Amino acid sequence: MSAPVHTGRPSWIRSALAVFLKDWNSELRTRYAVSALLMFVLTTIAIVLFALGTEGAPPHALAGMLWVVIFFSGMSGLARIFVTEEERGTAMTLQLTAPPSAVYTGKLLFNLVLVYAVNTVAVLLFFFFIQGFEVRTVSIFLVTLFLGSTGLAVMATLIAAIIAKANTKGTLFPVLSFPLLLPLLLAVIKATQLAAEGAFFAEAGGEFQILISYIGAVLTVSYLVFDYVWKD
Amino acid sequence: MSGKIRAFPWKGLLGVWTTLVIVLALALPMVPQPRFWYEFPIVPGLEDKARIIFFHVPTAWLSVLAFVSSMVYGIRYLRTKDLRWDLRSASAAGLGLLFCVLATVTGAIWAKFSWGTFWNWDPRQTSIFVLLLIYGAYFALRSAVEVEEKRASLAAVYAVIAGVVMPFFMFVIPRVLESLHPEPLVNLEGSVGGLPAPKLQMNGTMLAVFLASLAAFTGVYYWMWTLRVRAAALELRRATEGENRD
Repeated sequence: MSAPVHTGRPSWIRSALAVFLKDWNSELRTRYAVSALLMFVLTTIAIVLFALGTEGAPPHALAGMLWVVIFFSGMSGLARIFVTEEERGTAMTLQLTAPPSAVYTGKLLFNLVLVYAVNTVAVLLFFFFIQGFEVRTVSIFLVTLFLGSTGLAVMATLIAAIIAKANTKGTLFPVLSFPLLLPLLLAVIKATQLAAEGAFFAEAGGEFQILISYIGAVLTVSYLVFDYVWKD
Repeated sequence: MSGKIRAFPWKGLLGVWTTLVIVLALALPMVPQPRFWYEFPIVPGLEDKARIIFFHVPTAWLSVLAFVSSMVYGIRYLRTKDLRWDLRSASAAGLGLLFCVLATVTGAIWAKFSWGTFWNWDPRQTSIFVLLLIYGAYFALRSAVEVEEKRASLAAVYAVIAGVVMPFFMFVIPRVLESLHPEPLVNLEGSVGGLPAPKLQMNGTMLAVFLASLAAFTGVYYWMWTLRVRAAALELRRATEGENRD
């Protein structure tokens, strides 16, 4: 971690930041991931709108719909972070220039920023378009959104690293992610329903405990296994 | 090795043992007040349908056991990079999928007669559905990677992640869904969410047959698993010998 300066190798944090900045800059140039994700959010919200028709739905069903939108938009764009490295053939260079944990950290940071940005827009659009969805306990909703997005990004980044090495990348991503994201999704949907019903903040405590421990566990196992996924 | 197996006829013994378990599980009478050693107690609300416990629970147990052993062999592969561990891991996962399907189907048939519907997203059904999804994803991943070493490590890593995530379902699902599933061993109060789940109080005979069935199923599983591992090892050897000859 605290490598001496004169060896000529950048420190671990510097490499992680460098990986993050590299992806950040290439994203700013093409804006591929952001535009793809936002279009997907719009598409999914439109499908939900047409499916509901003019009748609307009770708030607890809409709370689930919000996470359907977020889950599918995440599945459409979060795998890119590792898939592009394989497609452009730059994975090997990255392996040589940075330690695996630094690569993972940089990629995770990028996906986190992406997910926070896209989910904020998704929630705003959802409130704007979907009639009848209101949040009575804003504190529960914000904490749920933050924890849910974090958990989604952490798990999706690890699965993205796995599927980047496989043949059928696009279809494999949601297939591998869904069963592992299900405990997270069940907990955030439950917490969002509590927020919509106007429950007290403490009532969602159990869900928050589950979400925080889920993020902690997945983050830990990610750093333990990433070497085996990343190195050829 | 084959001489050793013939010296002790454990396959024959397993056959006799399993036959005995099946006969006893199906034939012993169920009475309200068991007085003789060969009588099972009646479970209120289940009656003869309670006999499924001798077959359904062992299949569910094996689908979890196979998953755990697949994960453990996967970890050993990651540590040693020896493909023989991957064969063991993949063979266990294949059998796990088979027993998982069996547990799901027998459970659904039982549910049709006890709850009136094949599927109602009871927590147990949800859990086994997730386990099916994970097995499915595991084999989808395996079939999508061609290089054997890479396939082995990716599959092992996926099994490890799934093993870490699985325990969360035990905490999440009870918060979201309520259960009517009988609780034979864990919850002796037999009440979830105000509705009483049928209480399964086993007497000594029933418990003995149940444990014997668990042992029989585990024995059959182990036998099938060794067969698969041996076949896969032969295939691997033929493939590597073919490579060497070329």
